[in-house]
Amino acid sequence: MLTAPVIVIASFVYVGLLFAIAYYGDKRADAGRSVISNPYIYALSLAVYCTSWTFYGSVGRAATSGIGFLPIYLGPTLMAALWWYVMLKIIRISKQNRITSIADFIASRYGKSHMLGGMVTIIAVVGIIPYIALQLKAISNTFSIILRYPEVATPEQQGAPLFLGDNTFYIAMLLAAFTILFGTRHLDATERHEGLVAAIAFESLVKLLAFIAVGLFVTFWLYDGFADIFSRAGQTPELRALLSFGGESGSYATWASLTFLSMAAIMFLPRQFQVTVVENVDERHLAKAIWLFPLYLLAINIFVLPIAFGGLLHFPNGAVDADTFVLTLPIAEQRPWLALFAFIGGLSAATGMVIVEAIALSTMVCNDLVMPVLLRMKALRLTERRDLSGLLLGIRRGAIVLILVLGYVYFYLAGEAYALVSIGLISFSAVAQFAPAIIGGIFWKGGTRTGAICGLAAGFLVWIYTLLLPSFAKSGWLPITFLSHGLFGTDLLKPQQLLGLEGLDDITHCLFWSMLANIGCYIGVSLIKGPNAAEHGQATVFVDAFKPAAAAPGSRFWRGSASVNNLLMLVGRFLGPERAYEAFAAYAGSRGERSVEALSADANLVHHAESLLAGAIGSASARVMVASVVEEEPLGIDEVMNIIDEASQVLAYSRQLEQKSRELEAATNELRGANQRLQELDRLKDDFISTVTHELRTPLTSIRAFSEILNDNPRLDGAERAKFLGIIVKESERLTRLINQVLDLAKIESGAAEWHSSEIDMREVLEESATAVSQLFKERKVELMLELPQRVPGIAADRDRLMQVMLNLLSNAAKFSGRAPGKVAVSLAHEGGFLRVDVADNGVGISAADQEVIFEKFRQAGDMLTGKPQGSGLGLHISRRIIEHFGGRMWVTSRPGEGACFSFALPLAGGSVLIRAA
Amino acid sequence: MTRRILIVDDEPNIVASLEFLMRGDDYDVLVARNGEEALRLAERFRPDLVLLDVMMPQRSGFEVCRRIRENPALSDMKIVMLTARGRDVEREKGLRTGANAYVTKPFSTKELMNTVRGLLPSSG
Repeated sequence: MLTAPVIVIASFVYVGLLFAIAYYGDKRADAGRSVISNPYIYALSLAVYCTSWTFYGSVGRAATSGIGFLPIYLGPTLMAALWWYVMLKIIRISKQNRITSIADFIASRYGKSHMLGGMVTIIAVVGIIPYIALQLKAISNTFSIILRYPEVATPEQQGAPLFLGDNTFYIAMLLAAFTILFGTRHLDATERHEGLVAAIAFESLVKLLAFIAVGLFVTFWLYDGFADIFSRAGQTPELRALLSFGGESGSYATWASLTFLSMAAIMFLPRQFQVTVVENVDERHLAKAIWLFPLYLLAINIFVLPIAFGGLLHFPNGAVDADTFVLTLPIAEQRPWLALFAFIGGLSAATGMVIVEAIALSTMVCNDLVMPVLLRMKALRLTERRDLSGLLLGIRRGAIVLILVLGYVYFYLAGEAYALVSIGLISFSAVAQFAPAIIGGIFWKGGTRTGAICGLAAGFLVWIYTLLLPSFAKSGWLPITFLSHGLFGTDLLKPQQLLGLEGLDDITHCLFWSMLANIGCYIGVSLIKGPNAAEHGQATVFVDAFKPAAAAPGSRFWRGSASVNNLLMLVGRFLGPERAYEAFAAYAGSRGERSVEALSADANLVHHAESLLAGAIGSASARVMVASVVEEEPLGIDEVMNIIDEASQVLAYSRQLEQKSRELEAATNELRGANQRLQELDRLKDDFISTVTHELRTPLTSIRAFSEILNDNPRLDGAERAKFLGIIVKESERLTRLINQVLDLAKIESGAAEWHSSEIDMREVLEESATAVSQLFKERKVELMLELPQRVPGIAADRDRLMQVMLNLLSNAAKFSGRAPGKVAVSLAHEGGFLRVDVADNGVGISAADQEVIFEKFRQAGDMLTGKPQGSGLGLHISRRIIEHFGGRMWVTSRPGEGACFSFALPLAGGSVLIRAA
Repeated sequence: MTRRILIVDDEPNIVASLEFLMRGDDYDVLVARNGEEALRLAERFRPDLVLLDVMMPQRSGFEVCRRIRENPALSDMKIVMLTARGRDVEREKGLRTGANAYVTKPFSTKELMNTVRGLLPSSG
């Protein structure tokens, strides 16, 4: 009745049912009404821990070791009861940091290290492959067994051909197909698979019920209850031994190590991490799970011993493999439906494990192994591709297929030689290597990346050497001498009695050495060189996960600037544009913003984007991708915004200032001009003063020199004496004149001079001045002629000053008049509104160049001549100043060789007063 | 050997006083009224010392001094600058230009003679 088609169809129907449940679960999740947000479902999903190992292997183990099967379930129970705190911390950390796998967790803890992530992935894959092989073995064996119904026979080693000829291969490929369908329909930022969890919870229920059904059947149908079975077992000596501790059930060391291993396994098996941490909907579910799950374990283990004893009693002398009792007992008792139920139960257990494990592993392979390598390969220019979600899914599907193929290969190579449980323990020992890095990582801030790498590598290598290779040896794929005589024939390197440590079973032995190497390297290397900044930052995030500050969104340790659009596009590349937009919209909603557009590209958004990406490609790669669109700045976004605000205020203020400064500049320019003029005046003044001092000192020099000469030479002859005295006198006069003129000039220039204006008769002034110089003219033999009109209008002027001018002009004329007889002519004329006076001499004349110069201070015509003329050089200047003071002007007309004529004109006074000539 | 002194000044009375003083010490005296003449006489008659007025029209005493110093043949010639400008700046400038001494007017006759004698080791 149980023909192959029936079984196959039944299997497919069951799997189809799982699909339906998963589909329904996903649909509800998309609609926002999650079915799995329920602590019971959560606890049931944890029961994926119980695989066909539990379903079949426990009984098998119990048949050989009695209660020695228990430690595998003690571990999880202890974890739940006593160490739930650890699980809670891991869950909290993972939620905060959007951790999506165990490799992600470890990589993230130690500075988002790609290397660590890759290592963990490899260890996980290598370690789990035997476990997958175990499931394949269970399915294929039980399938063969149930096919033989109603016969009971353990399938022999048939030397089945590899791959295509082997049923197991097809089973593996079918499982791969199921897994791909279950878990890689799309990418989720959180790596949550709600439908899958629902399906897994369902299958946990199925396997529990199936097992209990068989257990009930055996205990109460075949026998008369527990008491009956145990009493019968007690009557058989071999079986009695199974009931006690020690001996066959294993030493305390074995119990201890198995318990430890299972404690590690319940947390660190990839599928357990997936369902416990990643798929966790609500932390509070854990509170229920920590007693629901042990309850489940209890339920599923109650009937192990009864079934084991029942089988042993039923099939004495090991005719039937104890691993199959759960199935073979119903078959032996001609219960097809029960057998089918048992088979489905076992199938359920196996497929649950394979699907979840393969999904978890493929996620790690994709995120932590393949993507980092691909992202590094610039040639692929992955960062520029618009939509990478297709690529990611493809990688994951490929990984799933590969993992199952490898599982099949291991099964082929080594699976037959081992009892199921032993295979499983090999895997447990592998994932136990994660324990130091993780436990250390969440409690010790001193753990470093290098330490974790060294610890993992050391533990893994020891595991390979002491467990994996021996498993090959025991299956014949490595020389058995490897086991018996150690590597290179060295006794101390015997893989299962390393360094001479004997008396331990394989598992304990491996556990001891691998943990020693692992923990030793981890702590030792971490202490040698402490954590760097990134590691320390992550260490704080992890270790202080329960402290409120760690959850504060502002405390990120990178800062940068980005645009919402860039981030959206980036996330869209990996999750697909629609899902990315949904995620951003959800984030916007949670922040109270109305839309995605209203979001500000602050540090929180960037971090959220990073988290979203981490779900798809792992946190290490996510960090790299986000960094590529974000410009890192030494300041944080908030600070930058502040500065920009300030800057715009400053800008407005500075415009005001600009206006003011322009006005200021105009004023400054004026001041500058004034200053320049002042400086020039100053310079002129300096020049004037230095020139005056020079001019004063010159006569003084002669006066002093000759005075001293006269003093020192009393016997000077009279002529020379007289000459020198004459010089002294003359120079004194010169000096006096000069001083007077300088003072005069100073007074005129500074405006301090006194001007006494009165009505002046120019004729009279001219006449008087002529009289005053008559002596001088006589001495020089110069003729003076006056040409004065009868009447001239009066002018308003200072008489003394006018006299001064005339005397100056006349004495100049006398000095510069030509060879005897010198002639000087003075004329007076009324021209226009002016009175004009000319003083002409018949001297050598003044060159054009000199004409400009002679009115300047201290300049004399004669500078160009070889002889230095007498005079201060100030006279003309002062004269001109005086004339100008009265509103007139003075000038000279001359041609070299034709004498010079100095003229000045003064404006008439208002009103014409005629003064008659006397 | 009789020392020759070139007096360069545009003020006749000062020249007269200097002449008297130099002759009094048995120096041969040459007189130039301006810079141009001074350079000519200097080159031609190679005086041992020049009494050089600074403030002269056309070529100033500084220029004359510079020209003399540029002439390697006249490197031994001693130059005493005379000027009414007594500021330190001018003094330094004079010494920098190459004068051996710088005397301000009005000078003390004794001081001047000492300076001249100091620069010219006594004649035989």
